[in-house]
Amino acid sequence: MRGRQQFSIHFLQYLNAQGKLDLPLPEWITDTPLLLTIYENMVQARLLDQKAVALQRTGQMGTYPSTLGQEAISVCTGLAMAKHDVLVPYYRDAPAQIIRGMSPAEVFIYWGGDERGGNLNRTSRDLPICVPIATQLTQAAGVATALKIKGEEGVVVVSCGDGATSKGDFMEAMNLAGVWDLPIVFIINNNRWAISVPLAQQTRAATLAQKAIAAGIEGLQVDGNDPIAVYDAISKAIQRARENQQPALIEALSYRLCDHTTADDASRYRDADELKAHWQEEPLLRFQQFLHQQGLWDAEREKALQQRCQQVIDTAVAEYLALETEPPGAIIDYLHAFLPHALETQRAEIMLKSHAINSREDQK
Amino acid sequence: MSANLPASSQTVTGPATASTRASTDTTTEAETKDCVLVEAINMALHYEMAHDPTVVVLGEDVASNGGVFRATLDLQQAFGAERVRDTPLAEGLIAGLSVGMATQGLKPIAEIQFMGFMFAALEQLICHAARMRNRTRGRLTCPLVVRMPFGGGIHAPEHHSESTEALLAHIPGLRVVIPSSATRAYGLLLAAIREPDPVIFLEPKRIYRAQAQRICNDGQALPLDTCFTLREGEDLSLISWGALISECTQVADQLHEQGISVELIDVATVSPLDMTTILQSVAKTGRCVIAHEAPKSGGIGGEIAAQLAEHALLDLKAPVLRVAGYDTVMPYAKKEALYLPGVEDIHSAIQEVLAFG
Repeated sequence: MRGRQQFSIHFLQYLNAQGKLDLPLPEWITDTPLLLTIYENMVQARLLDQKAVALQRTGQMGTYPSTLGQEAISVCTGLAMAKHDVLVPYYRDAPAQIIRGMSPAEVFIYWGGDERGGNLNRTSRDLPICVPIATQLTQAAGVATALKIKGEEGVVVVSCGDGATSKGDFMEAMNLAGVWDLPIVFIINNNRWAISVPLAQQTRAATLAQKAIAAGIEGLQVDGNDPIAVYDAISKAIQRARENQQPALIEALSYRLCDHTTADDASRYRDADELKAHWQEEPLLRFQQFLHQQGLWDAEREKALQQRCQQVIDTAVAEYLALETEPPGAIIDYLHAFLPHALETQRAEIMLKSHAINSREDQK
Repeated sequence: MSANLPASSQTVTGPATASTRASTDTTTEAETKDCVLVEAINMALHYEMAHDPTVVVLGEDVASNGGVFRATLDLQQAFGAERVRDTPLAEGLIAGLSVGMATQGLKPIAEIQFMGFMFAALEQLICHAARMRNRTRGRLTCPLVVRMPFGGGIHAPEHHSESTEALLAHIPGLRVVIPSSATRAYGLLLAAIREPDPVIFLEPKRIYRAQAQRICNDGQALPLDTCFTLREGEDLSLISWGALISECTQVADQLHEQGISVELIDVATVSPLDMTTILQSVAKTGRCVIAHEAPKSGGIGGEIAAQLAEHALLDLKAPVLRVAGYDTVMPYAKKEALYLPGVEDIHSAIQEVLAFG
């Protein structure tokens, strides 16, 4: 026997857990406003997330999947994309969606049980979040194909969790991206847990990035808690996709510092010491330390930022809580472009039932 | 489009109504040709690809091979490799791709090679295609067509002969359309492609190459969500769709010679159902037999019968009977004739209903 092909998977990290440099910084690091934008969006994401959990815990919102500890991946995804690119997000990517123009209030509106939180920004062609695992990946391949067929510039960025890599859709989409030379970047937020199932029970593969090799596309693993590595990897992959129609897979290693959702209790299946250890690696503090070391940040700036973020969140909460209920017909009116004749009777029944419910509530 | 359609049925020979959207080719004189059903599908695909640059065809073996039944013959030669694409062999991928394309302004027409292989595609169709408009409150839409050959009777291998249209018809947001002749295949497929929402287009492959019909390739669509009353009658309403319309026509012919007048209705769009036409017919005849190839329990025949019970009880002179496949897996080729409803089965059900009084 002789060797036929050899592969290796590279791991990219600039900032270690102490915010110290492991590699010489990439060339774009002189862009101080960008560094500050990354940090500010990460802080915004964490505070919005805390508010969402608080709303759920106080009975003002439904089940919600927290983004705690994964801010670097989602924020850098949003910031690395151009406006005319298309984001196909999974359900833990609200920070990227907000950077790309979704109203922060929509996070509360959607998880509060209202379809109007489905990213209704009419100037966007991004897809809404995807709940069924991995199904967004083949759709993203379709979006990228559409851009190619229409001759439009634009790269598709699609995200998923580590659990999604166990589904066929993941391989089907990457395989097609290779065959059709699609301008697409796949990002795995490998937070090590799919609800209660750890990564070791998803795959025997040493990395998820190496799954790209079987599809004939580039695969890279990055420290997902290092915003510089994440931004560097995503922006360069987007550039290659844009210029050379070259797809890529980026596995961003993070850790789910939160429960799967507010309906989950991770203490049932996860070791407390493991969680504690991973708090030492979390992205926000690491990046703040780095900015301090670079002389770009101080306590006063931090205080001002926290106030600005709080204002955004207060506005979003007020918008959410003040939102009036949609008219009852909305549960059927958006199903088709025009209501089919066959559904007219049921629509009328919906209106009557709504009226009856309202009358009963008025009597109480 | 569909909201403008009349609630009542269209007769096959009648003139197109003003609300029937059609894009008539005004630059060249439309070609008229004798076509079998699969050729009519091919003709409609060629017509719409020539007139709508957003239409894209994708699936397994649809490009250089022209589809295993030749439904997509010569499309790639005519419209190029960008718009007519062979996909890797993955039905879930085909459906997911179509959803993604449709959200970005294309009109994908996907072929699933046989209905028996659609199941990997269902997650995309049910969880995404059927809901995209609703869950974005109309910001993104999903105007796609999924074509699938279905049904038995061609001695095909296992998994190639099922009729599972009721599974799809149960999904709000999906239209399910089934042609029963070359003419209706042409007109209904054009309508399906022009529909702004997802349509599942089920092609009864047993009659793919049955009786040819003269079709004018003028881009004239037929209305969706509407039954077609194929012949008018007084004594009994016979409701069916797809390949079984052939057997139903034979039975109606036989009974006509015996002085029994059957009103034959091709449902065509099995979801959403045009019950207006069926109820009007049963109000006239007072008797109804429903024939379909799919297993009897949970089939669309049950839905029609339930609606007759709800809305036409006092019109009925006899129980509504269903002639259907059995509640068993589709047998292999040697015994498929035993499974499939035939002329005799339809005939005896009608005799039973007529004998009731």
